[in-house]
Amino acid sequence: MYPIILLSVFGIITLFLGFSKSKNILLPAVLLFLIVALGSNFIEWGKGPFIYFNDMLRVDNLTLAFNGIVLLSAFMIAAISGGFQDNADSEPAEYYGLMLFSLVGAIMMIGFDHLIMLFIGVEILSVAMYVLTGSNKRNLRSNEAALKYLLMGAFATGFMLFGMTLLYGATGSFKLAAIQGFASNMNMGQQSYIFYAGLLLLLIGMLFKVSAAPFHFWTPDVYEGAPTIFTTFMSTIVKTAGFAALFRLLNGTFAIYGFWWIVIAIIAVLTMLVGNIGATSQGSFKRMLAYSGISHAGYLLIALTALTKPSQNAIVFYSLAYSLSTISAFGVLMLVSKEKSIEGQPNERYEAFNGLARQNPLLAFVLAVSMLSLAGIPLTAGFWGKFFIFTSAAERGIIWITVIAVLMSTVGIYYYFRVIISSYFREGDTVKIRVAPFYQIILVLATFLTILFGLAPGIFEKLI
Amino acid sequence: MLTLLLILLPIAAGVITLLAGERLAKQLALVGGLASLGVATFTWLQFDPAAGSQFGFKYAWVASGGISFAAGIDGISMLLVLLTTFLTPLIILSAFKNDYKNPAAFYSLILFMEAALIGVFTATDAFLFYLFFEAALIPVYFLSAIWGGEDRIKVTFKFFIYTIFGSLFMLVALVYLYYQTPGTHTSEISAFYQLQLSPAAQGYLFWAFFIAFAIKMPLFPFHTWQPDTYTQSPTPATMLLSGIMLKMGVYGLIRLLLPIVPLGMQQWGFLAMILAVIGIIYGSIIAIQQSDMKTLIAYSSFAHVGLMAAGVFSSSLNGLQGALIQMLAHGINVIGLFFIVDIIYSRTKTRYLDQLGGITQSTPHLSVYFMVLLLGSVALPLTNGFVGEFLLLSSVFQYKGWLGAVAGLTIILGSVYMLRLFQKSMFGPKSKWVEGFQDLTASERAVLLPLVIMVFWIGIYPSTFLKITEPAVNQLLQLVNN
Repeated sequence: MYPIILLSVFGIITLFLGFSKSKNILLPAVLLFLIVALGSNFIEWGKGPFIYFNDMLRVDNLTLAFNGIVLLSAFMIAAISGGFQDNADSEPAEYYGLMLFSLVGAIMMIGFDHLIMLFIGVEILSVAMYVLTGSNKRNLRSNEAALKYLLMGAFATGFMLFGMTLLYGATGSFKLAAIQGFASNMNMGQQSYIFYAGLLLLLIGMLFKVSAAPFHFWTPDVYEGAPTIFTTFMSTIVKTAGFAALFRLLNGTFAIYGFWWIVIAIIAVLTMLVGNIGATSQGSFKRMLAYSGISHAGYLLIALTALTKPSQNAIVFYSLAYSLSTISAFGVLMLVSKEKSIEGQPNERYEAFNGLARQNPLLAFVLAVSMLSLAGIPLTAGFWGKFFIFTSAAERGIIWITVIAVLMSTVGIYYYFRVIISSYFREGDTVKIRVAPFYQIILVLATFLTILFGLAPGIFEKLI
Repeated sequence: MLTLLLILLPIAAGVITLLAGERLAKQLALVGGLASLGVATFTWLQFDPAAGSQFGFKYAWVASGGISFAAGIDGISMLLVLLTTFLTPLIILSAFKNDYKNPAAFYSLILFMEAALIGVFTATDAFLFYLFFEAALIPVYFLSAIWGGEDRIKVTFKFFIYTIFGSLFMLVALVYLYYQTPGTHTSEISAFYQLQLSPAAQGYLFWAFFIAFAIKMPLFPFHTWQPDTYTQSPTPATMLLSGIMLKMGVYGLIRLLLPIVPLGMQQWGFLAMILAVIGIIYGSIIAIQQSDMKTLIAYSSFAHVGLMAAGVFSSSLNGLQGALIQMLAHGINVIGLFFIVDIIYSRTKTRYLDQLGGITQSTPHLSVYFMVLLLGSVALPLTNGFVGEFLLLSSVFQYKGWLGAVAGLTIILGSVYMLRLFQKSMFGPKSKWVEGFQDLTASERAVLLPLVIMVFWIGIYPSTFLKITEPAVNQLLQLVNN
């Protein structure tokens, strides 16, 4: 609960900091805010569960872990944003303010115990993202992306709200506990089609937010059009929060598992297929990462399909591993694409990475580790993420979905390795790429954590 | 604890090599490789074949899941650890004559590879086994893709995807088995041996394991990555691939497939056997027609590994012992042969048989070493190839007489392609490519001499090595037959 209050206050302070003449204090201030929020998050660690705001928000170790991932990702993303000083049009204070506010939304989604809280959380997060997506005002792609995201997002929200209404109609309450009780009654034989319909509509809304197929069509365009820094934000924080919320929702209606598991299973398979096969044919690294984001949503959905005891840890671990690798991949992309820009437009194609190992061995290594982790190669965190997800499915006895996931992982290797091949085995120019020291520290930190969790996933287990 | 030392020593040596920089890289790597060999020899002297798994260690890894970081050495592991640590310093030494760019990275990758291989051969936890099995791919992929020939990028990429595709099926199988273990689950390989699985489940598991290992070895029809990768890789990487990494597949068959799914073996073993035998004949016939020496040896390696797999599938004492001794012998011969090809290539700049000829005239040493290794490879009595092939063929013969007869053709076909290789490159009129061909240098002899000694040692007195593995193999067969 502390991060919600702190981040709201910090967001307002950040907006006011924008009036100050000196632009240089903004970034350190935001980083400080995020560190404070991250620290305050763990005050309640191990003491919960707490229920706040008239039973609308729940705080326990699981939500705190998700909060921790979201806040850590936000810190890293803010750190590599470099204060938005490269673009004269930019409004750093507003961007940072929106980022902080959107984190409040994410935390509400993660800990919701009441559907209204979920709705508010989703909206706070989404509205901020619509604005940030379009923040590159003079760029057509950015505008297109924002409009697309807004229209599609509004539609999804409509579904979600309708679903909540139906659930309210069936159960007479917005509270998760009441819904849980109703579901277990249904398990006893008391049928309610309104409840089913409501749940499905709500799921559709949520699945849209995590870009699961067939609700994924906005993702590639929006991810590609948005400024890369906000793409990173979307693909890590929005996804983590979305999956945390989905987990709570499905866990709450676990009594009717028999009803929804096959729905989620089919969506998981579809998402993996669309994401992985779509990613193979991309010429742009950024667009490939968008599809890869879809495919990872598919893997995470497997854990939700199974929803066994290991699922919870699997989702947390996977989100963390995925966020770390995604941040370093986008971080390298931002540097390289700017360095190789063509006519002022960043070059995000694979060819831009040719010869990166010569131009900057550190960047090439960071990128290689993040790709290996996303591909799920052993000795990286991504491997254990996939491993835990597969074990959760195996515990439920759903082996066929694991086999599909394995096949799709092989496809994944194909497109993730393209960029490794470009940077290590192909020749490019030999102009050295310089990286600011602070930027380097963040990339090295992400890489270090990826390898650390890859070698010793037990460390993480002790934390949870 | 010795096992842990064996795994960590090459990693440490690799890191030191990487940090030491360009000038000292070669020497440091060689020292690291020799140190590992020293530790392995020491382990061998302490080793008691009858005592089962020894020198082990076990640390909780994912504690709640009962997954541990555990390894130990039994007879089968011991033999392969010896093979790995014996060959690695020779591979490092064999690279000395070529100037590879960025040598620190090059030699450290070889050492990392050695660590991963030792890990595979000693792991007693199934997931640790899997981890090393995959991790071994990464160094050799980079070795081949950075320092390889023209087509390296495409070829090594195919190799990587192909092999990882196979091993992912093994991962699914291991996860499944893990959930079949009683109580709080465990992933110890020995616990998997005790499971009572239904015949249907064993059938599926058989294929999951089979595909993983068949791609790695490779067996027909999963071999298409192999000849290109062997040809395009720099010779040290080819040596690692053919000399040691191929053995990971055979080892996997022996360690996992045979004892875990004996009923699956009964259902599908015959088909697997047929595939292995097809591979033997098919590989040999293609080898006869090759004119690139490296490709020729690649196909011969493909044919040999088919016979090893056939021996394992016969699940008899002779078959397994034959496969193990043949792994040792094949590792030695194939590394020697690839090295000789590399020597010839580095002096003549060609590997094509039609362009070579008449090398013997100026090279007494090279001719002798080449001949000995080649005879080992065609399984002449008193050389190392003979022991293994004899045991293997006898096991296949017991399994099904006619299969044994077909597989036996390998001896004839083997001598055809090998002698053709020798004749076309070494004898005949001197071609213009081999003008001024120098005989072996001291460092080249330092690589070949230990190999030749081993050829005779195994050929004349194989029981030094057979007795390391015999108790372990008997134990394994007991499991299979129950």
